[in-house]
Amino acid sequence: MLIIKNLHAGVEGKQILKGINLTVGAGEVHAIMGPNGSGKSSLASVLAGKENYDVTEGEVIFQGKNLLDMSPEVRAREGVFLAFQYPIEIPGVSNINFLKTALAEIRTYKGLPPLDAKEFLRQSKEKQKLVEFDAKLVNRSLNEGFSGGEKKRNEIFQLAMLEPALSILDETDSGLDIDALRIVSKGVNKLRSSNNAFIIITHYQRLLEYIVPDFVHVLYNGRIVKSGTKELALELEDKGYDWLKEEAHENAATI
Amino acid sequence: MANDNEIIDNIANKEYEFGFVTDIEMDVAPAGLSEETIRYISAKKNEPEWLLDWRLKGLQAFSRTKLPEWQNFPLPKIDFQKISYYAAPKSKKKYDSLDQVDPELLATFAKLGIPLSEQKTLAGVAVDVVFDSVSVTTTYKEKLKELGIIFCSFGEAVREHPELVRKYVGSVVPHSDNIFASLNTAAFSDGSFVYIPKGVRCPMELSTYFRINTENTGQFERTLIIADEGSYVSYLEGCTAPMRDENQLHAAVVELIAMENAEIKYSTVQNWYPGDKNGKGGIYNFVTKRGICKGANAKISWTQVETGSAITWKYPSVILQGDNSTGEFYSVAVTRNKQVADTGTKMYHIGRNTRSRIISKGISAGEGQNSYRGLVQIGPKADQARNFTQCDSLLIGDRCGAHTFPYIESKNNTATVEHEATTSKIGEDQIFYLNQRGIDSEKAVALIINGYAREVLNQLPMEFAVEAQKLLSITLEGSVG
Repeated sequence: MLIIKNLHAGVEGKQILKGINLTVGAGEVHAIMGPNGSGKSSLASVLAGKENYDVTEGEVIFQGKNLLDMSPEVRAREGVFLAFQYPIEIPGVSNINFLKTALAEIRTYKGLPPLDAKEFLRQSKEKQKLVEFDAKLVNRSLNEGFSGGEKKRNEIFQLAMLEPALSILDETDSGLDIDALRIVSKGVNKLRSSNNAFIIITHYQRLLEYIVPDFVHVLYNGRIVKSGTKELALELEDKGYDWLKEEAHENAATI
Repeated sequence: MANDNEIIDNIANKEYEFGFVTDIEMDVAPAGLSEETIRYISAKKNEPEWLLDWRLKGLQAFSRTKLPEWQNFPLPKIDFQKISYYAAPKSKKKYDSLDQVDPELLATFAKLGIPLSEQKTLAGVAVDVVFDSVSVTTTYKEKLKELGIIFCSFGEAVREHPELVRKYVGSVVPHSDNIFASLNTAAFSDGSFVYIPKGVRCPMELSTYFRINTENTGQFERTLIIADEGSYVSYLEGCTAPMRDENQLHAAVVELIAMENAEIKYSTVQNWYPGDKNGKGGIYNFVTKRGICKGANAKISWTQVETGSAITWKYPSVILQGDNSTGEFYSVAVTRNKQVADTGTKMYHIGRNTRSRIISKGISAGEGQNSYRGLVQIGPKADQARNFTQCDSLLIGDRCGAHTFPYIESKNNTATVEHEATTSKIGEDQIFYLNQRGIDSEKAVALIINGYAREVLNQLPMEFAVEAQKLLSITLEGSVG
């Protein structure tokens, strides 16, 4: 589904991603972990097409197409969804209207007619339940005055509505209490299928107890320095990141 | 999708769509303002002596008044002697039916989306159409007549209902109020007149559509609306003008009178030609609008969506004389390119327990300058008066400006006056967030703008809210890279 080859990217001349290689297949959940400043969120931003990042080298193929050639909205319509670490507030734009617009844009792109009002409402109700999203929030202004947890749940609610092929969850667990974490994870688990894939960016192993990943990668200093299965996450929880940092430096030295 | 960028480019370069000129034979007065011109206009319209006298008083006031200097923008020099103060489509003075209207004229309004035949008009909206100086037609007149409602051109009102006109004209905006009101008093050509009798709820929206066509003319219309005790009326005005390199002056006066328990809702969607990208041409929209809540429990509500004109300079105001009366002002003003808007309201609290609410939303893009200027005045007898003011400014890009000048004068210590103001920018992060959900930047801006203006747009009658929403989106298209 997604093939990242030797991806180098940075902001204002500062190199942040220094050669990422990653392949994500349909039906897989990949966790990306790593210490602060290792480039986790930058990777998410580059995949979503955030303007201020410059890709200097490498390529990203998404479902056979060159992702980096597409504008952010086209990436979204092709099926890349980013659950933001800090969801944005937009006053006066109702949550539901926004979702209706987004869904219509994506469906038009795929050559589908917009959902009729009744069907849209039915799906919206169903998906709200999935993430236990308060019905009152659906008609409120987009994220305005939402608590941290409500914003994160709203991201997963949107994810559920838009049904993307690839979902990137950027530190969705940060700022969530244990109950909210459980609800969000339950939602994601229900949405997992053999047709879609998830990249879960997180600091902590905690989230991965709820959303069990197929693969775990450790990002450090702009590179993936270690990959493994879910056991790697447990090992990190035990030992921290320092041993990997040393290993990474040693590797760099031998090269 | 290769066409994506192309579409955005097309929309971004969209120009003013109503900028065409109608080729029609006109009766145009020679340029210049003098007693002679005033007498010419008055004679053309067969006016009674008292109206001519009043016009001449206006002219005197105009001659001794200087242009104001307190405004927040450089006022271009206006040569009042170069303007023609009267232009009317030639042929018949008055149309008995639409069949007699010049087909050119009908075509013009069809092009503007204002069909004049009643079968085709928006359901439930009666329209008075003013072309340059003269009211062309009023629809649904008979139907309204059954309820005792008078809705006609100003000229017709002078002929048919002189007692009402004489009693109320100039009673809210005196002939010496300000230089442009004086000019209007002297030279006004036509306009709309509405009278709603006691206890009648006007069953349809009343609407006037103004069109400036002829070159080097000014448009000086007067609107007078009287809502008698316990009545209700909702009124809407719209306007467009051709694209010209010269600036044209629009100096209208609107007077509203609401008696006890009456309510007037006045909505404006202003889309005069704004000038080109470099600020060449465009309408100077210098308008005096004021209403009075004469009786207890009366209510006057102004809603305006201002997207056009090179300069917009107006303050729709309410004199809250009756106890428990209410004044409202809802405004969205958009400036882009080199447009200037200096707008706001004045709320004069005179009666006890009077309330006012001001919601102003300024949107500036390009090099546009947007000012909110408002006065809330609480008189000594206005016990328990309340005001709430909210002024928000939205900036798009970094070459535009937003300014707020709120004045509060309170002479009564039982009054409550609240003022809130915010300034924000459309953030790249907001646009990126919407992009990431599949919405392109143009649509994203439209969504954000309409969300921002929603509180005001909600005040507009349904059909016009949709129009205004579209207009806002079109006006700002291409403003965000």
